Amino acid sequence: MTVAAAEQRSSRVPARAGGLLLLGVVLAAVLFLSITVGARPIALGDVLAAIIAPAPDSTTHRIILELRLPRTLVGLLVGAALGLSGAILQGATRNPLADPGLLGIQSGATLCVVLGISVFGITTLSGYVWLAFLGAGIAAVAVYLIASMGREGATPVKLALAGAAVTAALGSVTSAILITSVETLDQIRFWQVGALTGRTTDILLQVAPFLLFGIALALTTGRILDGLAMGDDVARGLGQRVQLNRAFAGLAAVILAGGAVAAAGPIAFVGLTIPHVARAMTGPNYRWILPYSMLLGPILLLGADIIGRVIVPPGELQVGIVTAAIGAPFFIAFVRRRKLAEL
Amino acid sequence: MNVNVQFAPAATVAAARRKLRTRHRLVTAALTLIVLALVAAALTIGDYPLPVAEVVTSLLSPFTGVTDPASDFIVLGVRLPRAITGLLAGAALGLSGVIFQTVLRNPLASPDIVGITTGASSAAVIAIIVFHATGLMVALSATGGAVLIAALIYALSWRGGVTPYRLVLVGIGMAAIAAAITSYLFTRARIFEVQQALAWLTGSLNGASFDTLGPLALGLLVLGPVATILYRPLASLELGDDAAKALGTRVEVTRLGTLLVAVVLAAFATATVGPIAFVAFAAGPVARRLLGPAGNPLLPSALVGAAVTIGADLIAQHALGRNQLPAGVVTGAIGALFLIYLLAAANRSGRGG
Repeated sequence: MTVAAAEQRSSRVPARAGGLLLLGVVLAAVLFLSITVGARPIALGDVLAAIIAPAPDSTTHRIILELRLPRTLVGLLVGAALGLSGAILQGATRNPLADPGLLGIQSGATLCVVLGISVFGITTLSGYVWLAFLGAGIAAVAVYLIASMGREGATPVKLALAGAAVTAALGSVTSAILITSVETLDQIRFWQVGALTGRTTDILLQVAPFLLFGIALALTTGRILDGLAMGDDVARGLGQRVQLNRAFAGLAAVILAGGAVAAAGPIAFVGLTIPHVARAMTGPNYRWILPYSMLLGPILLLGADIIGRVIVPPGELQVGIVTAAIGAPFFIAFVRRRKLAEL
Repeated sequence: MNVNVQFAPAATVAAARRKLRTRHRLVTAALTLIVLALVAAALTIGDYPLPVAEVVTSLLSPFTGVTDPASDFIVLGVRLPRAITGLLAGAALGLSGVIFQTVLRNPLASPDIVGITTGASSAAVIAIIVFHATGLMVALSATGGAVLIAALIYALSWRGGVTPYRLVLVGIGMAAIAAAITSYLFTRARIFEVQQALAWLTGSLNGASFDTLGPLALGLLVLGPVATILYRPLASLELGDDAAKALGTRVEVTRLGTLLVAVVLAAFATATVGPIAFVAFAAGPVARRLLGPAGNPLLPSALVGAAVTIGADLIAQHALGRNQLPAGVVTGAIGALFLIYLLAAANRSGRGG
């Protein structure tokens, strides 16, 4: 490495760390807004008072502790999980179209929830959590088994095709049920959009352990993804155990995407686009892309949730709709403006 | 000695090429036979059983003048239009899908994923839920939606040229907006309208007739040959833009031309039968795996698309007794199972990847 290149490289680290800090500040502001903005605006003092010394008979304190705070924390975890799992899956499969739905996770979760509603009559959000988790897990394992049969194991193209095939097969069963059962369609259409509405403490406690574990796992995959980004042969030449590493990264992504779909329903847009934005900000180094994605995900998700709360009073617009409707124009403008860092 | 060294490789190359050409012909012939067999099955199987001889008599009745009102109505008025619709729509979707995947150099980039079908779908859902439209109006809005979103994607990707990477990213952005519109209408509309829209979104051959088939048939008749002509420069695009330019391909013209063909095919097919799942996605990969390492995949992909669509419609109509399902429910399952089988088979013989 020449001296100039070394200097250039070392000067980028503070810039990227500064960017990360800036994103942290933005995220803090979004978290604050998410607790205070809504059908009933709440002052900062009340928020602090509710956390430090909650008064049991205060309606405001109850709104903060039972509704706004859990919802915000679920949004924070789900946003981070979607951003990270999207980044990992795009890196591990080297495909810019990979998203948390790629490994059949969202279609598996959806089918399981649909079956739960139509066969077992489960209609509570916390019931959906376990169903979605179960479906996501089964689908992901099936995709991995299909893709990894044979000599070279799970190559990116085989993973992508197997994931798409399983997604289509499960989607067929789902639509067959929904076409024949109006009651199920009526229940599922609000969950299927993706929303943070009504996510209370019990849902937060159900999914938080998985999501936190997944986030910790995901943040260690930077080196693996940087290796895989050079192609399987080069990574192997550099001493990586390609199949094992891809399976490890994939496991982190599955835990995150499964937890996210269990908590908030299938939201595709965040995991699909956030890694591209992160990549454009940091360049192709996954040790930076991952933390950037982790912060950008909740900024988009919670930002969209806040807008969805105030845009059509007295009702709410589901966050799955707002992320796409507001995020997509930004994303397109972003894609046009930058010199793109390709995968 | 020298002579041998020079001629042996050339002979080997020629032999290998011959082998690939033979395989291409065999695959194409086999697929054609399968499609014909499925069409024949679609004409004979049904609630009103007709012996093969009567089906043939009915098919020939316009020429022979030998008519039997009951069986003529069933064969010529109901089953034939349905089979032909499946054939044409499946072929158009298969062709469109393989062109998209080749131009964008991504096996995931079928028209369902990069926004074309999504645009058609949300335009149709708007027509159904907001304007209470039916039939032809829904088909027209679907076509309009597909063409509009394709034009927007292309225009927004243009920065002194279009790269496949940017095209794909803008495509998923536009697809997200279109899907958000559909989702929004799904949560706001009355459940009856949602059900009606969902039925359209699944895609089916119910209500197929010769009256609505004109645009699709014409499109396929004109654009199929155009796609074949464009295949050579298209194949060079797979090597990357720079290599294609070096080979003398006019990259932007080829890309715009082939994408235009693929968009129009997808739009007409979607307008006629709805966004039938997975046909456009699976036809290309299935055809390529049948063909092996080389060869023009356009016609085989179209045949795979047609076979999957007609076969799925047969199963959807008759497999579950009285309960008829839309074909789109079955295409996903069949296409997926077939693709999974091919992946597994390729793995067993070590050709996976």
